[in-house]
Formats: sequence, structure tokens, C-alpha cells
Amino acid sequence: MSAITRDEVAHLARLSRLALSDEELDHFAAQLDVIIGAVARVAEVAADDIPPTSHALPLANVYRPDEVRPGLTPEQALSGAPAVEDGRFRVPRILGEEA
Amino acid sequence: MPYDEALGRFEPVLGLETHIELGTASKMFCGCPTTFGAPPNTHACPVCLALPGSLPVANATAIESTIRIGLALNCSIAEWCRFARKNYFYPDMPKNYQISQYDEPLCFDGYLDVEVNGEIVRVEIERVHLEEDTGKSTHVGGSTGRIHGADYSIVDYNRAGIPLVEIVTKPITGTDRLAPEVARAYATELREVMRALGVSDVRMEEGSMRCDVNVSLMPRGSSEWGTRTETKNVNSLRSVERAVRSEIERQAGILAEGGRIIQETRHFHEDTGTTTSGRSKEEAQDYRYFPEPDLVPIAPDRAWVAELKAALPELPRVKRKRLQQEWGVSDLDMEAMHNADAIDLVEATVSAGAPPADARKWWMGELARRANEAGVPLSALAITPDQIARVCAMVAGGALNDKLARQVLEGVLNGEGSPDEVVAARGLQIVNDEGELSAIIDQVLADNADAADKVRSGKIAAVGALVGGVMKASRGKADAGRARELILDKLGVSE
Repeated sequence: MSAITRDEVAHLARLSRLALSDEELDHFAAQLDVIIGAVARVAEVAADDIPPTSHALPLANVYRPDEVRPGLTPEQALSGAPAVEDGRFRVPRILGEEA
Repeated sequence: MPYDEALGRFEPVLGLETHIELGTASKMFCGCPTTFGAPPNTHACPVCLALPGSLPVANATAIESTIRIGLALNCSIAEWCRFARKNYFYPDMPKNYQISQYDEPLCFDGYLDVEVNGEIVRVEIERVHLEEDTGKSTHVGGSTGRIHGADYSIVDYNRAGIPLVEIVTKPITGTDRLAPEVARAYATELREVMRALGVSDVRMEEGSMRCDVNVSLMPRGSSEWGTRTETKNVNSLRSVERAVRSEIERQAGILAEGGRIIQETRHFHEDTGTTTSGRSKEEAQDYRYFPEPDLVPIAPDRAWVAELKAALPELPRVKRKRLQQEWGVSDLDMEAMHNADAIDLVEATVSAGAPPADARKWWMGELARRANEAGVPLSALAITPDQIARVCAMVAGGALNDKLARQVLEGVLNGEGSPDEVVAARGLQIVNDEGELSAIIDQVLADNADAADKVRSGKIAAVGALVGGVMKASRGKADAGRARELILDKLGVSE
């Protein structure tokens, strides 16, 4: 029994806007299945006295005071953008043809 | 389908999701400023641009404000909760996810009581959670300037990362035909609560308060809820009401013809008062939420929460009750003032020394009329409560009558200066000089011999015309009561 199906991998690829070929889907589905299986082994050692853990740090309530700090200039902010227009990041069409 | 017919056949179920941008100085997870209207991408840094290696740290004031909102809405405050990543593919967040909260909201299970036509309606609150606002996209190309058909988009990240509180109601049932009014009353009350808490400027036109309106219909006699739609782009309190009404009419029309409602996002259009279909929900929202690993959990200290609760300000509905008693006005008058957004103005005018009845009279009468003519809210008029109080004092002291006072208000609104300056510049002092008044009366009596004779012969009612003549001759500046006394005196008549 697989931990993740080929269809689920295809769905995740679509959500991430990754265009995977059929061959790639076969290839990655099998690999991801192995990875999930390996991670799932952690659950086998988790006993009742071990609470679910989402964070490695034994901390809570780490905040910063509400103070303005200098950021980037717009030139710096936009320096890595593939395209700029009117002081803004220019991005490709958001909704595809099907929308 | 017309509203009345729709309500005859169906019962509406409402749900309201409201987003409030908190008025913190800095963003939720970085030190960028939050001021509205800055040139694009001037409030950006490695954290809110999601540059590699940057890490978010939560804003302490935003956490506190959210808890205060929860407390004001009678919510329980989580003992322990986490931020979550909401993953989606859209360039308004450069991270490709939004930091939000998922199954562990900071505040939950509360309520807000609102008043509609003098009745209290309890709107139950499902949750209040904290997240970050997104950037602003402008769609370029295509004919409509909308996302559909656009050639490309340009994005400004100034807004990305501003703390955003989402307040979600439980489904609101049983409102029946008052559904649009309940929705509006809820949004109005919520806005006032935010103002009282001082956590946001709640300007709907600037987007610091945004309402999404969920509506579904069920046939009368059924208890099975219908499919709901979510209407966005509702940018004023009035639009909240209109959007609910329009969506009820639209859905009823479809259902009555045997059609089905599609679960979708719709957009409200201010000009037509109707909604149109927006983007269909991406195949059963698959946001793949998971706990945000870059931020540690929130575990508000109980003693601190108790302190915040004890320090909450007087909430608007309680305050209205108190003011109503202090001012001695009816439910109806109070509701009218509330609807006109006049309560704070009247209160400030009373604080500046005006009697409540006078303060109310001016704001709800002359000033409401002028605001209405100009199509602006009362608070946007170029006159202050202090100035109204000054005019009230001048009337009370006999320096002005109501007619002159209206001219003073007009002058102040025209930018002619303070009430005293307007009085001086326009020469609006009441005629207090008995000699001058006496001379005017003599002239009026001479010009109106018929009326004078009638009064002499005992028809006292005819004195009205003479007093009117005096007011006219003095261009409104005479004291009508004193003029009447003097006229009767001169004619040798006593009442």
C-alpha cells in the first residue's frame, strides 16, 4: 500500500504549478512514497508520553516591540526582480487560459 | 426576484468575515512601517519580500491588540496556539504562502450584540485570528482592468505583512427579512468596537476594514442550508446591506426556476448594487496548512489576559446606553444619532459645554442636512464640536437666535473662521439695543396700521405678523420674544 498515490503527486504538482511529464510523475511518485514511508517510521516510536511536536525550540511568546526599523530602498527591493514597471514587481499573467 | 417575494419563499442564512488591519506602527513580522498611501515598494525589507535567510518575529502589539479584540467580542483566549502557513500560488505574497492561523485561532467562541430596530440581535463569533495582509496587485491589459483577461500584473508589497485580524461569525440564522440590516448593524458595531479599542482606523474606503458577505437561502419550512456564495469588494457599511439584499434576490431567482447556486466568490459593484461572479474557488481550497516552523507558539499568560480584560474601555453599546440615560433621549432618537454616526460628535459637543438637547439639535438638524447635501459623513464637515458648543453658548446667552446661529454655522462651514469671527465679520449680533429695537418697532407699526389696529382691538393673534415685520426689518437680528413684549406694550395691550 503506497503512502502517496500518483494522483496525489499530480495534484500537488498542479498546486505548485510544476509541469511534470508522465515519466516524471512515475519517477517522483515512487521516490516520494519512499520518503514518506521513512518519515512515517517516526510515528512508530512515538509513545503516549511524547506529545506531538511542531517546533524544535522549547520556547513560546517570542515577540519584538512594535518599532519601525529601516528596510530596503525601492531600488534595492526591486533589484532582484526579473521585470519592473511603475515601481512595482511585474509578474506574468496570474490566471491561466482556463480561468 | 423582488426582495419581498424572495423572503416569502426563502429564509436567508448569513455569515460575515471581516478583516481589520491593525494600526500598529510596524508590520506583523518585520519593522517596515504600515502607513497608507506611500509610493510603491518603499515599505519593504528582506522579511516581507521573503528574501532567502530572513526570519519573521511576531509584533508584540499586534498579539495584544488581537487578544483585546477577542476579549471585547466575549471570546475565549487560547491558552496555546500557533501560526500556520497557508500555501497558495499567487504573487500577492512573495513567500508563496501567507502566515495565518488555521485550527488554533488566538480567540474563539464569542458574540457581539447588535441593535436592529430597537431589538438586540446576538451575532455569535466563531473565531478571531491573526494573519498578515497581502501585497496589492494591479492587473494590466485586457479591457476591464480585472484579473480576467489581464496580460500581466504589477505588485506593490507595501501592504504585504501588515497585521490583519480576521473575525468570522457563526452562521447567522433567524434574521428573516432583516438580514441586510443585521449585516450592516454588525459591521457598524464591529467598527465602533475597533474604534473604542483604538486598534485600527477601520477605514473601509482605504481597505483597513473589509467585509466578506456569505449568503445562502433555504426554502421556507426547510432546515437544510443551501449553497452559499461569498461576496467580496464590499467597501462601505451601506454596501454590506445592499450586497446581502442583492444576493438574496439573485439566489432566490435562480432557485425559484429550479436552478442551483454555485459555491463561488462574487464581487459587489457599488454603481449597480449587484454582484457578479468572480474567480471560482480553486478546486476545494487546498492550502496545505501546516504549523509555521519559523515562529514559536503563542501562549498568552493568563494573568496578562485578565489584566487586558480589566483594562478594556467602555464598549460602544454600553456607552450608548449610558449616554442615552444622561441625555434623556428616546430609543428612536438614539438610534437615529447612531445611524448618522453622530453620537461621538454630540458627546464631544456636550463635553465642550453644550446642553445635550442643543448639541443633538444642531448635529441632527442643520448639520445633518448640510452633510447630506454635500454627500459626506457628519464628521467630515469643516466644523468642530467645540465650535458648535460655542454657538450653543451664544444662543443661550441671548447673543444669537436660531436663525442667526444657522448663518454662523454656514460661515464656519464656508471657512470664514471661528463662530466669533463669523459673527463679527457678518454682523450677526442680535439687536439688544432697546432704543434701536424700539425705533424698528415704531416703523413697523406705522407701516402695518391695520395689523396694529387689530391687536389694539384685542385680536392678539395678529401680533405675529408685526413680530415677523420686526424680524424682517432687523434682518433676523432682533430677539423675537422681546420684540413681542415691546409691541404689546406700545399698543397698550396686555395678555
